[in-house]
Amino acid sequence: MSVTLPNRVEETPAFFARDHAQHPAAFTPGYKSTFLRAPKQALLSFDATLSERTGPAFGHNMLGELDNDLIVNYARPGEQAIGPRIVVHGHILDENARPVPNVLVEFWQANAGGRYRHKKEGYQAPLDPNFGGFGRTVTDDNGYYWFRTVQPGPYPWPNGVNDWRPAHIHFSIFGTGFAQRLISQMYFEGDPMVGICPIVNTIGDKAAIDRLVARLDMNNTIPMDLRAYRFDMVLRGQRSTFFENKREGN
Amino acid sequence: MRTLPTYLTELKETPSQTAGPYVHIGMTPNWSGITGVYPEDLGLEVIKDGVKGDRITVNLRIIDGGANPVTDCVVEIWQADAGGIYNSPAEHRGPADPNFVGWGRFPADEDGRLSFETVKPGAVPGPSGTMMAPHITLWIVARGINIGLMTRMYFSDEEAANARDGVLAKARMIGRDKTMIGRREGDTVTFDIYLQGENETAFLDV
Repeated sequence: MSVTLPNRVEETPAFFARDHAQHPAAFTPGYKSTFLRAPKQALLSFDATLSERTGPAFGHNMLGELDNDLIVNYARPGEQAIGPRIVVHGHILDENARPVPNVLVEFWQANAGGRYRHKKEGYQAPLDPNFGGFGRTVTDDNGYYWFRTVQPGPYPWPNGVNDWRPAHIHFSIFGTGFAQRLISQMYFEGDPMVGICPIVNTIGDKAAIDRLVARLDMNNTIPMDLRAYRFDMVLRGQRSTFFENKREGN
Repeated sequence: MRTLPTYLTELKETPSQTAGPYVHIGMTPNWSGITGVYPEDLGLEVIKDGVKGDRITVNLRIIDGGANPVTDCVVEIWQADAGGIYNSPAEHRGPADPNFVGWGRFPADEDGRLSFETVKPGAVPGPSGTMMAPHITLWIVARGINIGLMTRMYFSDEEAANARDGVLAKARMIGRDKTMIGRREGDTVTFDIYLQGENETAFLDV
């Protein structure tokens, strides 16, 4: 199919260059799994093309009614997951502080005892028969999301002799372009495990680490029911389209 | 129209963290045996019945720096339809084939292999009126990968277009262009991704 591009065609804007100082390097020796999985060559850098400026979209209609309620989405009828009841909520913004509406947010976590429902997981803390440990939602028109869950427990992992992960929830976020695709982890305010975790410390910038720590939000805590944690996330910003490169014929 | 102070309008991207070894719980729960929550895993189908174009099966293999298969990774793919149009709200050139999804998500098996059915993408405009050679964008996450690795798979049966492609030209300058070309034989394309080492795949910062 040939596409005719008239002058002043609407453009798909590019993203701000990724600031790698905000992210972990590929090779971070404190986290041993990176030894054989980190590329050693330089990345190929170029201004994102349409291939990276576009990305998939997911409608609100794909969601089941309980998809953002981990307390009950795997529970037997009438039962609930065991653990400290919390709601996690916040906005997805871009680097221009604009809300990112209608994008898919997925999350997964261990149960209150630090046990994941995964066949390769052998930690002795028991599974909770009423807890699956995952959910999803789509941000609203204001880029806002929320889900209900139980606070996950810390768990040991085979890295150093005595390494334990802080309590955390994994997040997967889509933006409007594939170049915004992001996976990260949310930690909890005041957790003394955060500062000593080799995975947290793959990030060199303390201020960047701090932005992965959800704040206890007493204002949105529901009395006699559940506590709220506030966690806002930021995706890459998009440039203003002043002038794109001239196309042939312009 | 900036009326807010910059500290409110200039934020920093949320830092990446590894997807970890249990990424399947959240991204492919049915595949990992946790059924009954989602009707099916997302991203199983890149195309639907009736899609237009040249149908292919892509077979990928992911290998680490010790020549071990990466058995716990998840790969997402993103590509244009056979006419070179993306099925995305951010696509301004017109609608894609209605039977084309364009995005897929696949967990590796115990040999570090995964495969998917799709159509060969059409060429997509690059910078300054150039055309990029047909390619599929791949994004790999796993334990030990701190930030998702992005690369492209080009096609061995597109020699002329590949020779003109700007991204492959960048890869050629550092001797890595061949690491981005999938080998087409009949309706099958085979592509091995090496995270590290002698055959290391060229990864992108875009």
